[in-house]
Amino acid sequence: MNPVSTIQGQMAPLPRANVDTDQIIPKQFLKRVERSGFGPFLFYDWAVDPEGELIEDFVINRPEYRDAVVLVSGPNFGSGSSREHAPWSLEDWGFRAIIAPSFADIFLNNCYKIGLLPVALDPDVVDRLTEVAQDPENSVVVDLETQTVTARDVSIRFEIDPFIKHCLLNGLDTIALTMHHENDIASYENARLAHRPTVQ
Amino acid sequence: MTGVRTLFEKVWDDHVVRRADGEPDLLYIDLHLVHEVTSPQAFEALRMSGRTVRRPDLTLATIDHGVPTIGRELGIQDPLSKKQIDTLIANCEGTAITLLDIDDPRSGIVHVVGPEQGVTQPGMTIVCGDSHTSTHGAFGALAFGIGTSEVEHVLATQTLPQAKPKSMAVTVNGDLPPGVTAKDIILAIIAEIGVDGGVGYVIEYRGSAIEALSMEGRMTVCNMSIEAGARAGLIAPDQKTFDFVEGRPRAPKGSAWDTAVAYWSTLPTDPGATFDREVIVDATTLVPYVSWGTNPAQTLPVTASVPSPDDFDSPLDKDSTRRALEYMDIEPGTPITEIAIDRVFLGSCTNGRIEDLRAAAAVLKGRKVADRVHAMVVPGSGLVKLQAEEEGLDTIFLDAGFEWRDAGCSMCLAMNPDVLSPGERCASTSNRNFEGRQGRDGRTHLVSPAMAAAAAIEGHFVNVADWELS
Ligand code: SF4
Repeated sequence: MNPVSTIQGQMAPLPRANVDTDQIIPKQFLKRVERSGFGPFLFYDWAVDPEGELIEDFVINRPEYRDAVVLVSGPNFGSGSSREHAPWSLEDWGFRAIIAPSFADIFLNNCYKIGLLPVALDPDVVDRLTEVAQDPENSVVVDLETQTVTARDVSIRFEIDPFIKHCLLNGLDTIALTMHHENDIASYENARLAHRPTVQ
Repeated sequence: MTGVRTLFEKVWDDHVVRRADGEPDLLYIDLHLVHEVTSPQAFEALRMSGRTVRRPDLTLATIDHGVPTIGRELGIQDPLSKKQIDTLIANCEGTAITLLDIDDPRSGIVHVVGPEQGVTQPGMTIVCGDSHTSTHGAFGALAFGIGTSEVEHVLATQTLPQAKPKSMAVTVNGDLPPGVTAKDIILAIIAEIGVDGGVGYVIEYRGSAIEALSMEGRMTVCNMSIEAGARAGLIAPDQKTFDFVEGRPRAPKGSAWDTAVAYWSTLPTDPGATFDREVIVDATTLVPYVSWGTNPAQTLPVTASVPSPDDFDSPLDKDSTRRALEYMDIEPGTPITEIAIDRVFLGSCTNGRIEDLRAAAAVLKGRKVADRVHAMVVPGSGLVKLQAEEEGLDTIFLDAGFEWRDAGCSMCLAMNPDVLSPGERCASTSNRNFEGRQGRDGRTHLVSPAMAAAAAIEGHFVNVADWELS
C-alpha cells in the first residue's frame, strides 16, 4: 500500500443514500482474477446505458469532473457485498478519498487496506461540500496528518482511529505487522481447544 | 475478562491472540471459508510476497457463485467464470486447501456447506470473503465477512486484527402466527432498524421466538444481519444447536463431543450482561413481509401498500423512495398484493436449505404455477438437493411447474447464466433487492419460501398466512 498523506483536487458529488457495492461495481465485472483495471466499470449500470452508450450527465462521465480525486456521497456508503472490487474500482478510476456521513463496516476496512481514505463528516457538512462540489472549479484538501478537510468556507476536523492513521500515513503492510507477533500466534495455537474442528 | 459477559464477548475474548494499547485486538480465526470470486487476488498477492498458507487444515474452499445450475455435464461455458473457477482449483492444489469441487455432492453455497459438514460449531470465529458469513452465527459463532486483502491476511497468518464492535440485543418475543417465518422476522427487524441500523454492531438475536426457530430458521435470521449493516449476528447455542451438529462429518466425536458440549454450554450471555443497544420485536403481531424497493429496509407487510416519496421528511429519503419506485416501476400507494410477478427464485444462502424447500413444497402441493410465471428451485447444496429428492419434493416442484436445478448461488446475484431480463419482476427468497442484483433492470422482491410459492401460483403477491395448508 502506498502511504496516504495530503489529497488535493476536485470533488465529484454523488448525493445518494446507501450507495451499495453492487452499484459501485456490478457483479458482471467480478469475474476478473486480476487486482487492477476495474476503473472503467465504476458505477457501470449508472454510467452506461443498456446499449453501451455513456450516460453523459452521470457525474463521473462529465468531462469537468474527469480529474476528481474526492467523491462526496450520502450515508451508509459502500453497504452490501464485501467485494473489495468496490474500493479497487474507485481507486483505479482516480479517487483518493470518499467523503460521506457514514460508511458500511466491511467497505471501511477494505478502503483502509488499500489506502483509499474514507472520511466521515456530519450530514450538514457533507451537504455543504456537495453544494461546493457543484462547481467543478472548487477544490478540496483532505489532510490525513492534521485530520482536516478544507474547501471554500468549510474547514473541519475528521476522526480516524490513531492506529489506522499510523498505518495509512506510513503505508504499512499489516500482514508483515502481524507476522512480527509469530510467537503470540504460535502460543495461542498450542493452547487452542482440542475439539475445534479441522477441515482435513 | 471477568464479570458477566455476552455471548459475543465470550467468543471474542476466547480468540484474542494479542492485545495492546492503541491497537486493534489480534483475533485467531478458527475457520476460513473461501470461494472463487473474492480469493484469486489474495492468493496471487500471497505468492508475490513469497508467503504461504499458514493453516490449510482450517481453510475450506467451495465453488458456488459462478456455477451453472443446468447442463453442468457440458462444463462451464462462460470463459471468465471458467478461468476464475480453474484459478481456485489451482490455488487449492498449490496450497493443500480442501476444495469441494462442483461434481462433489457435498458442494454448494459456502454458507450452506459449512454447517452441513459440521465445520461450523458454537464458539468459533469464522470468516469468509463474503458478507453473508454472518449465517454461521446461528450456531453461536462469531462469523463475519471480510474483503480480499483480509482474506490474504488470514491465509498468511490465520489471524485478523479487528476493532471490537459494539453489541446490540434484538429480542423477539412471543409465538409467530402461522404462515410467518424466520425470513419475515429478519425482514421486519431490518425494516425497523434500517439498512444502517446495525453498522458498528454485532447483533445477538434472542427471545422466545428465536429460541423456537429451527437451526435453518436461525441461519436465515443471522444471514441477513449484514442487510441491517451489522458486522455479525449470532444466537446462543442450545440443545437444538448441539443436535444439529452431532454426527456431522467434522463434529467432535466420543469424549471430545462431551468436552465440546460442556464448553458450548458456557457460551450463552450471562444474566445481567448488558448491550450497547437493545431492540424489542413482538413476534405475535408479525405478518409475511415483501420488499417493494431497492434496499432490504424498503420492506412492508404483505397487507400494506407501497409508500410515496411524500411520506418522508428528509430530502435523501424522499429521493431514495422516488428512485426506488421508479426503478421498481410501481406507483405510490399500490397494494403489495396487486404487484404481479414474472419469475420466482427459490434458493440462496438465506433460504436454500431443506426446511425452506419443504415450506415451499407444502404450499405448492397439488397446485400449479400461474401461466405468466417462470419459477425455479436452486437447492443450497448438492446434499440439500439429494435430501429433497429422497423426500419427493422434486416431484412436487416439477408437477407444479417449477424447474429443479443444481446447487449454487444462481440468481441470488446472477453471476452465472441465471439472470433476470430487463423489466422482469421476481419474487425471490434471496437477501438483496439492490438495483440490478438479479440482472440489469430486473426487479427483485424479497420474500419467504412460502410467500414465493404462493406468489408463483397466483401470479402476484398474496398473504400465504390466509391459506389453508394440508
Ligand atoms: S447465495 Fe447469494 S448471498 Fe449467498 S453467498 Fe451466494 S451470492 Fe452471496
